[in-house]
Order: sequence, then C-alpha cells, then structure tokens
Amino acid sequence: MSENILEVKELKKYFPIKAGVIQRVVGHVKAVDGISFNIKKGSTFGLVGESGCGKTTVGRTLLRLQESSGGSVMFDDKDVFKLSNKQLRAIRPDMQLIFQDPYSSLSPRMPVGEIIGEGVREHNIVPKEEYRSYIMSIMEKCGLQPHHIDRYPHEFSGGQRQRICIARAIALKPKVIVCDEPVSALDVSIQAQIINLLKDLQEEFGYSYLFISHDLSVVEHISDEVGVMYLGNLVEKAPKEELFKNPKHPYTKALFSAIPVPDPTVKMNRIILEGDIPSPANPPSGCKFHTRCQHCMEICKTVAPEYRDYGNEHFVACHLYDNE
Amino acid sequence: MSGMTAEMKKIKKAEQKEAKLRMKQISKENNKIIKKFEKEKKRKKVDPSEYQTTMENPDNIIEIDNLHTYFFTDMGTVKSVNGVSIEVPKGKTVALVGESGCGKSVTSLSVMKLVQGPTGQIVDGAIRYNRKGGAVDIVKTPISEMQHIRGNEIAMIFQEPMTSLNPIFTIGYQIDETIKLHRPDMKDEDIKKQTIEMLKLVGIARAEGIYDCYPHELSGGMRQRVMIAMSLSCDPQFIIADEPTTALDVTIQAQILDLLRDIKQKIDASILLITHDLGVVAEMADYVVVMYAGKIVEQGTAHEVFLNPKHPYTMGLIKSKPAVGKVVDRLYSIPGAVPNPVSMPNYCFFKDRCDKCLAKCNGDIPELRYISEDHKVACHLYDSKGGK
Repeated sequence: MSENILEVKELKKYFPIKAGVIQRVVGHVKAVDGISFNIKKGSTFGLVGESGCGKTTVGRTLLRLQESSGGSVMFDDKDVFKLSNKQLRAIRPDMQLIFQDPYSSLSPRMPVGEIIGEGVREHNIVPKEEYRSYIMSIMEKCGLQPHHIDRYPHEFSGGQRQRICIARAIALKPKVIVCDEPVSALDVSIQAQIINLLKDLQEEFGYSYLFISHDLSVVEHISDEVGVMYLGNLVEKAPKEELFKNPKHPYTKALFSAIPVPDPTVKMNRIILEGDIPSPANPPSGCKFHTRCQHCMEICKTVAPEYRDYGNEHFVACHLYDNE
Repeated sequence: MSGMTAEMKKIKKAEQKEAKLRMKQISKENNKIIKKFEKEKKRKKVDPSEYQTTMENPDNIIEIDNLHTYFFTDMGTVKSVNGVSIEVPKGKTVALVGESGCGKSVTSLSVMKLVQGPTGQIVDGAIRYNRKGGAVDIVKTPISEMQHIRGNEIAMIFQEPMTSLNPIFTIGYQIDETIKLHRPDMKDEDIKKQTIEMLKLVGIARAEGIYDCYPHELSGGMRQRVMIAMSLSCDPQFIIADEPTTALDVTIQAQILDLLRDIKQKIDASILLITHDLGVVAEMADYVVVMYAGKIVEQGTAHEVFLNPKHPYTMGLIKSKPAVGKVVDRLYSIPGAVPNPVSMPNYCFFKDRCDKCLAKCNGDIPELRYISEDHKVACHLYDSKGGK
C-alpha cells in the first residue's frame, strides 16, 4: 500500500453543449481538463480557485457522483472509475462529501437522527440495537446536543446545520471526506468553530480531506498541500508553506494580493486582474490565463505551458519559468 | 413502554395547545400596535414642518439617533435594532460590522424606510438626513416624499446582484427607468447617454453592447458593476452598500472595492458599508461600528477599532479570522451562539459567550461610552476608565 489514499491522474470532465431540435452536441464545456494530484493519508489537500473554475466538478467526479470523461482515480489501490456498481457501493461509505450550503443540503422533512442515520442503516455500519446510541455519540463528537436527535433541521442555526452535515459524513467511518466550501456560507465566528471541529476530527480519526474553497486564508489554515485551479487546470501545486512563501504563478500571486487584510495600516500593493474568467466552453489558446496575465509574452498566446516540478514538490505551469 | 408514550403524547398536546393560545394572544396585541403605526404612515397630507429638523452637526450627511426597529411577530417582538446611533460625516465611509442577524441590514433598510411592513416598524428614534434644501427626519417623512429621496439622493447597492436585477428587462432599460423616474424632464436620448456614461464609469468596457444585454448574459462581477452604475445614476449624496462583495470571488471583490473607492472620490459621496468581512472593512472604512444583537458594542475610527479593540466580541471577531501568512495551530472561536432574538436577556447580551465576565455583567446592560476621544465601547470592563 502506498502512502497516498487518493491518487488522481489526468482527471477530465467535459459537459456536452447541445443545440437544435435533435440536441446535437455542438461543443464541450471543459470543466476539468486533465488535473493530477495525490492526497496523503491523514492529510488535507486544499483546492483553490474562482467560481466556475471546476473545483466542485473535481470533487463530484472523483466521488463518481457523475461519470468522468477520462483519467483515473485510485482509491486504496482500486480504480474508482472501473468499479462495478456493486463494488462502488461497497466503497461508498469510505468517501463522503460535505456540501457548501447547509440550508439546502438537509432534507427539511427528516429529523436529525434520520438524516445522520440513513447511511448508517443502509450500509450496516453498526448492529441494529446500537443504532440510536451510535448516532447520539456521533452527534456529541460534532458538538451537537444528543437529545436533539428528534428535532428537524429548521430548528437549527447555520453553524449547527453544518455540524449535522459533518456528522452525516463521519457516521459512515469514511477515509476520505470531500469538503466542498464547507464554511463559505457561515459567519466568521461560526466559521472558526467548524474549521476547528474538522481539524479535531482529523486528529482523532485520521481522515483525509479534499478541502475545496475560494478563501485562501481558510485553505492556508487547514491544508497540508494546496493546488490552485484556473479554468479546469491546476496552474500551481505545492506544499502549503512553500506555496504561501513563494508563489510562482502570476494567477496565484494575484489571488494572494486580492485578499483584504484586516489591518488598516497595511496598504496593499494590489495586483488587480482585469476582466472576468473566460468561458470554459471556448477557452483561450495557449496558456488559458494569458488574457488576464500581466506578464503575458508572445509564446503564452500559442503554446500551453508545461506543468513541471521546480523542486520542493512545487509544480507550476507557466512560461515565465521555462529557463529555470 | 406504550403507556409512557401515551402519557408523553398527552403532555405534548397540552403544550402545543398552550403555545397556540399564546401565539393568538401575542398576534392580537401586535395587531393593535401595528395598526397605530400603519395609520400614521398612511396619512395623506403631512405638513413639511413635521419632518423638517436641524442637524446636530452640519458636517454629517446622516445622523441615526437612538433608532429602534422592531418586528412584531407571532412568536414575540424581535428588537432587531435596539437603540443604535451612528453618524456618517460627509465624504467618509462608515462600516457596519456584525454577524448575520445582528441588525445591520435592518439599520440600513430603516434609513431607506424599506423595512418590511406591517410586522416591521420603526418604533422610536430619528434619522436626520442633511438634505440640500434643509435637513429632514426620515422617520417622520411621508412615503411620497421618500420616493424622491430613495434612489435619487440616497442610493442602495444590494447584496445579491443575481436576484436584485429583473431578469426580463435589459440592463439599459433598468437603469433608464431609474433616471426617468427622478429626472422626468430629461429627453430619452439624454437618458440613454447618461446610462452609457454610468456603465463606462463603473468600468464596463463595452458599455453600448451591455446596454442591450439581459442580466443572465453577464457574470456576477459585471452584474454587481451594473448595480453600482444604477445606484450612481442619479448622483446620490449618500450610498448604502449592503454586503456589496459577499457573493463575489476575491479577485472580483478586489475590482469592485477598487471601483467603489474610486467612485467615492469622483462624486464625493459618503458610504455606509455593511459587511461581515473584517478585511474589507479595514481596507475601505474611516469609521467602524460593530453591532451585536441589535446594539452597538464598539464604535470608533478604523485605526482604533482594529489596532486597539476593546470589546471582547470585537477581539473575538478579529482573532477568529484566519489571516494569510499568520500560522496558528487552532483558530480562536467565540463559544456559543447569538441569543434568541425574541427573549433577550436583561443583562449584557454578550455575557454568555464572553470569556472576560465580571460579577457586574449580571447587572444592567452596559451603556456605550467614550473611552478615548474617538472610541466608544459598551462593556463593563471599562467602567472605571473614561466615561466622559
């Protein structure tokens, strides 16, 4: 067994664009266009990028909630994309997902115990007679009152709802949890509580996280390794300290400088990106970032840069470093 | 076993019945109060002398004085804004910070007199607005007069650019509409010219093309620019920006903040910025007001509040935000949650979540008082100091 729990290789997901009466496929939205990364056991991989860059699609595709268009995902030495339905069902409990919006991801008609316990019962995680006490113990671990087991989601606040989502995920004793923007819908003070909870659970049970977020400060806090996505590609990937100390790709630099700092004395020398993210249905030629890049050269417009290792496991895809 | 459940069911039923009765009683009382306020609102002829007033400080554009906005719900009265006083000096940016549900948005809606009625009512207080022809008290101003102020002199940028634009009209039509309403003597071509100029002002490159676009054809950042253009179209003196960047990405947020700052200088307006992002506040604001559960807990210049926070809640907020480049093992988090808005405690609202509690905190609700010239705090910790 390798030290990686999840190995993603050249993952691709294209969505067809259909037009006309007979719904002919006229093109593809390349939401994820060949990205590769590994998640080590018990560690956290942070995935950052603007909305529409394909972060969420990565999470959903590698859980096989939607079929991929290419590439492979090795989980525990099994290729997730090649499993039969029966085999897939067997590993479902090992890979769980926490959604972004705790208001829409909980069924309003189910009491909390039922929400958390549905998967437990389905996959026979614990014997029937321990079922209720098991759910209560999970709720307690996630900072919920066990006697709230028969309440409905609308009786809880946003932070508590997100705790319910986390409880639902960990009740199945997973190995990997994909956290899709778990804190972006929450207030700052609640955000800190949820991040601490995720970290505590990781320490106790050794989960591996794929942490998807657009908030760099949160990603820096929780991740061991960080990948920056732009229009379906990873443009930079490095261990956290390396990336935050020494960002190389112009997009990463711009992202860093865009974060507002809560200190009025700091006057930022900001790199402001012009315009919006281009359409993934018709991405720019060459380097996809060249339309917004400040250091754009002639070569960037025609040749896509190679995604290379520049030492210290620091991968960058940019022509600026071709000569190094 | 089954006998017990039957017993429990009985108790539950009795409880439900009681709750229903209580609700009925409350709604009856509410109806009485609401009727009084609605009657006051619906009066047709209001003498201008009733709502004319004088500013306490003529350098302020808005003075919110001891504002109380309550919601009379069937569960009880929610005191969303409970005695808030804010001054916005001319040409400055004041930021209103707090968690969701603390009353920041209701404060801003009160200024526009857009609080959702009939349950929501401005119960007490004054909002003095330094109008060009003489100051007025917005609380007493009749709706017909407010319609000349809203969108014309005081403009608002809403949080969700996705939902605050009408999907079935073109961008151009929607901005034209605003101008047409407030400048009835302008010609159609002039209006279009002005709209396109506004779109250019907010940094939309293809303004003529965008004029004929529908909102769904634009990205989130572009829509927010359109919203800003719309709010600026009548040269407002005062802009209320209600979480203008919360729904946007960091890179787009940087663009929009830059734009707001730029425009503020160009048209010399004052901004009331409402947000929960402390980073945004530090960057934009001259003055900061921190709200908690309908009350102001700390108020001062941005420098003072960020570098020298006094209230435990403000300190907690600043500490709980992870900052890039600062590695901490564990984030600080404020324990617990905001108290139930229907039944607020009669001691300091923050006491149950505070880690610096004194015996005194069980007593009266602390008042907002000066601890230095430009810094006010409502906390018993600083009772002995200042109190000017």
